[in-house]
Amino acid sequence: MTMDAINSAIRVVPLEHYVVLSFLLFSIGIAGVLFRRNTIIILMCLELMFNSVNLLLAAFSAHHSDPGGQVFVFFIMLVAAAEVTVGLAILVMMKRNVDSVDVNQLNQLKW
Amino acid sequence: MVKTDLLALLVPAFPLLGAVVIASMRRSLKGNMAGMLATLMVALSFACSVLLFLGHEVVGALHAAGMHQESPPEGATHIVKLFDWIQVGDMSIPFAFQIDALSLTMMLIVTGVGALIHLYSIGYMHDDKRVSTFFAMLNLFTFAMLLLVMGANYLITFIGWEGVGLCSYLLIGFWYTTPEYNYAARKAFVMNRIGDVGVVLALCLLFSLFGTLNYTEIFDKADSFGSGHGLIVAATMLLFVGAMGKSAQIPLLTWLPDAMAGPTPVSALIHAATMVTAGIFLIVRSSVLFELAPFTKDFILIIGTATALLAASIGLFQNDIKKVLAYSTVSQLGYMFAALGLGAYSAGMFHVTTHAFFKALLFLAAGSVIHALGGEQDIRKMGGLKGVTKITYVTFLIGTIAIAGIPPFSGFFSKDSILASAFDRSPVIYALLLFGAVLTAFYMFRLLFLTFFGTYRGKAHPHESPLVMTIPLMVLAVLSVVGGFLNLPHLFGGHEGMKHYLATAAHGIGNEVMHLSATTEWILMGLSTSLVLLTIWFAYVRFVKKTTLDGDPADMPVFKRLIANKWKLDELYATLFEKPFGVLSSWFLSFGEEKVMVPLMNGVGNVTLRAGKVMRRLQTGNASFYLFAMVAGIIAFLALTLYGV
Amino acid sequence: MQYFFYLFAAISIISALLVVSVRSPINSVIALIVCFLSIAGHYILLNAQFLAMVHIIVYTGAIMVLFLFVIMLLNLNSATEPLKKLSTRVAAVLAGGLFFLTLLAAIRHGVNVAPANAPDASIGLVDKVGMSLFSEFLLPFEVSSVLFLSAMVGGLMLARKDAPSTLPKPYIGPGDVGAAAPPTMEKSRNPTK
Repeated sequence: MTMDAINSAIRVVPLEHYVVLSFLLFSIGIAGVLFRRNTIIILMCLELMFNSVNLLLAAFSAHHSDPGGQVFVFFIMLVAAAEVTVGLAILVMMKRNVDSVDVNQLNQLKW
Repeated sequence: MVKTDLLALLVPAFPLLGAVVIASMRRSLKGNMAGMLATLMVALSFACSVLLFLGHEVVGALHAAGMHQESPPEGATHIVKLFDWIQVGDMSIPFAFQIDALSLTMMLIVTGVGALIHLYSIGYMHDDKRVSTFFAMLNLFTFAMLLLVMGANYLITFIGWEGVGLCSYLLIGFWYTTPEYNYAARKAFVMNRIGDVGVVLALCLLFSLFGTLNYTEIFDKADSFGSGHGLIVAATMLLFVGAMGKSAQIPLLTWLPDAMAGPTPVSALIHAATMVTAGIFLIVRSSVLFELAPFTKDFILIIGTATALLAASIGLFQNDIKKVLAYSTVSQLGYMFAALGLGAYSAGMFHVTTHAFFKALLFLAAGSVIHALGGEQDIRKMGGLKGVTKITYVTFLIGTIAIAGIPPFSGFFSKDSILASAFDRSPVIYALLLFGAVLTAFYMFRLLFLTFFGTYRGKAHPHESPLVMTIPLMVLAVLSVVGGFLNLPHLFGGHEGMKHYLATAAHGIGNEVMHLSATTEWILMGLSTSLVLLTIWFAYVRFVKKTTLDGDPADMPVFKRLIANKWKLDELYATLFEKPFGVLSSWFLSFGEEKVMVPLMNGVGNVTLRAGKVMRRLQTGNASFYLFAMVAGIIAFLALTLYGV
Repeated sequence: MQYFFYLFAAISIISALLVVSVRSPINSVIALIVCFLSIAGHYILLNAQFLAMVHIIVYTGAIMVLFLFVIMLLNLNSATEPLKKLSTRVAAVLAGGLFFLTLLAAIRHGVNVAPANAPDASIGLVDKVGMSLFSEFLLPFEVSSVLFLSAMVGGLMLARKDAPSTLPKPYIGPGDVGAAAPPTMEKSRNPTK
């Protein structure tokens, strides 16, 4: 397809739809963080939130034809990868120490 | 006039220096050193006052013009400004002294009689443990009294006014280990304070009326107000309220007899010669204002006469030597206020002067008697002392003759001029005051006879007092004899020197004119003198020939009992004021304190504690709760930002 | 074109909901992978080709695999994990819903601003992204290598087995918000204690 056809194809879906979708995914992620007790699931919901933000950024970048948005998404992915590494390491340590991945076992954050 | 300024500054500076030095070194001063230093300070003040007096232009002018001065000469009023004290917006009150005839008169009395009393106190208080403190307080009192009389505006006078009240409190309760003395001191202070409220209100009123508190400015502007102007009457009435408190007039008189709890020199200095005359001084100083308020003058006249009679009646049946003299003081003060109420300002000031002489003499002599008998004050246990304490007897006799008003002693002239002014106004008032004079003679001679005549009824070993105590007695006795010649009326060939002298300062004296003919005056004098002599003979019969002692008040007939119980004034005040006050206080304690304030205070603490307990629940330590809190916070923050805070 | 959008959107939402609600962690992972794939479809709809490929490689290929590793390692599949209290779950859903509504309210005036640049769909192509990445964003690109280094070191440090810890054992007691019972059922057969 020609660039113009692609351009118009992109703009068929108005930007608000992407915004709403992104918000919805984000809210589901937040609900999931509060909903589940398993720490792994919580980490996965975190990833969900990251992805919703990525989607939003990519949508804006496409509509405004700004390459910076997509590059930023790239970087977010990088950081998400690094974060998952460390997060899972912590999870393993937690399992080793309290013998459970229940997030309610982390209740010593006050002294 | 550098010399005048310096002398004027030195007069109050000496006693202040004495007070400060003695107070700070009171533990290291041995023996009589404190007393001698204090006496020296006051004597130096007296010397400076004399120098000021002699250098005062009015004296020279009067001397030259032969005592007939119509208008105040140049330099009659000399203001010595120390520094600008209060300068706020329109209000300008400098710290200044006013040297004029009136203040010089009072300065001479205060320092002169004060020096004599200081000298006397060296002997009287020499074996007291806290003698240095005593002299420090006496010097402080002298300083405050000098501020009072030397002030150039009402505020400086008021500082001195408060200061003498304070020193009176300190000195009455000097022997503080006895609780009754402390109550007496407190009573004196509270009653003084009630009067002070009047003075403060008067000051505010005067300031709002005139925009200044300086005497010279107020009295110059006062003529623009007509006679009987409402606010002037109010201000003068308030000033008189202050005088009532300070000079123990009805209704604020009960503190003075109780003030006899202090040492005798204190009674002599403060409660006979100086502090109690502060009220009279204030009114004479403000004579211009009082001349514009006839209503106030009538009120003063009524109060003064009533007080004179009431106190004299109580003095008839008292058995404590100092209490008799105290009631006598109140009565004589009543006379002075009656004089002021009649517009006879110079007669009032003349009586102040002579009264200072003979009342201080009487008190000091009484102190000498008490000292001779080792502390006995009940006259029923005295008697026959005239052979033992000769000097004390002679001086006491002179004082008693002076106060009774027998010519040519000083008391006669001063009292007689008051009586003449009274007759000029109304024969009824004259009759009342004459009756008071008769009572005065009676109880004073009763005191004399019961103390010095007959046989000794006590158990101590009487002995004469040392010279340091008898010399002041002799000096005061001489003054009591010759003091009358200060203001000798024309009748006797005198020039009424004091009246003309004071008229240069207290301009209200200009209205003090007596319209009696010479014959009337002679008749009045003869009448009073003969009545007094008759009374003395009657007292002689009753107390020397028969030695009638008063028994228990319960045995007396009703009216006599009432008078012997001081007309139950203390009980009346207790019921009228102290009891409701006590009820109010205990109500405040039981309700206001325990049921309102304490729960409130505890409640504040409790609220903090409980808030803390509630807040603590937020810190659960649980990670998922913190996540929740985070999300809730974000939602709240977003909502606030969206909908605008 | 919009039908594709609605299709992919529906898949995303449903799979996200499944992530949150299924009990078994493995099933959660599968659902998340499906969600990622649908998001990759979204990227393609936006002509962000590079992004879509990187997304699939990095996220589904690496991160999710890592998750699966850890789940397998910790034997979590066998755990029937207890749920939070009903009130907590309701509160969680409410919080999420409230959040969504708040965000919606934020865009109530619409996001229709004029496009910042001229319409150019080629920015999603690999060469364009590469140009931008290596010219404008060169420094962050290089620094991200340091980021990875620290992440690797951190992961290694955290996850290796230390000597038996001399620190006191942390308090294992009832949790606070939403705790139902002590985790006796979490006692694993893992001998590493």
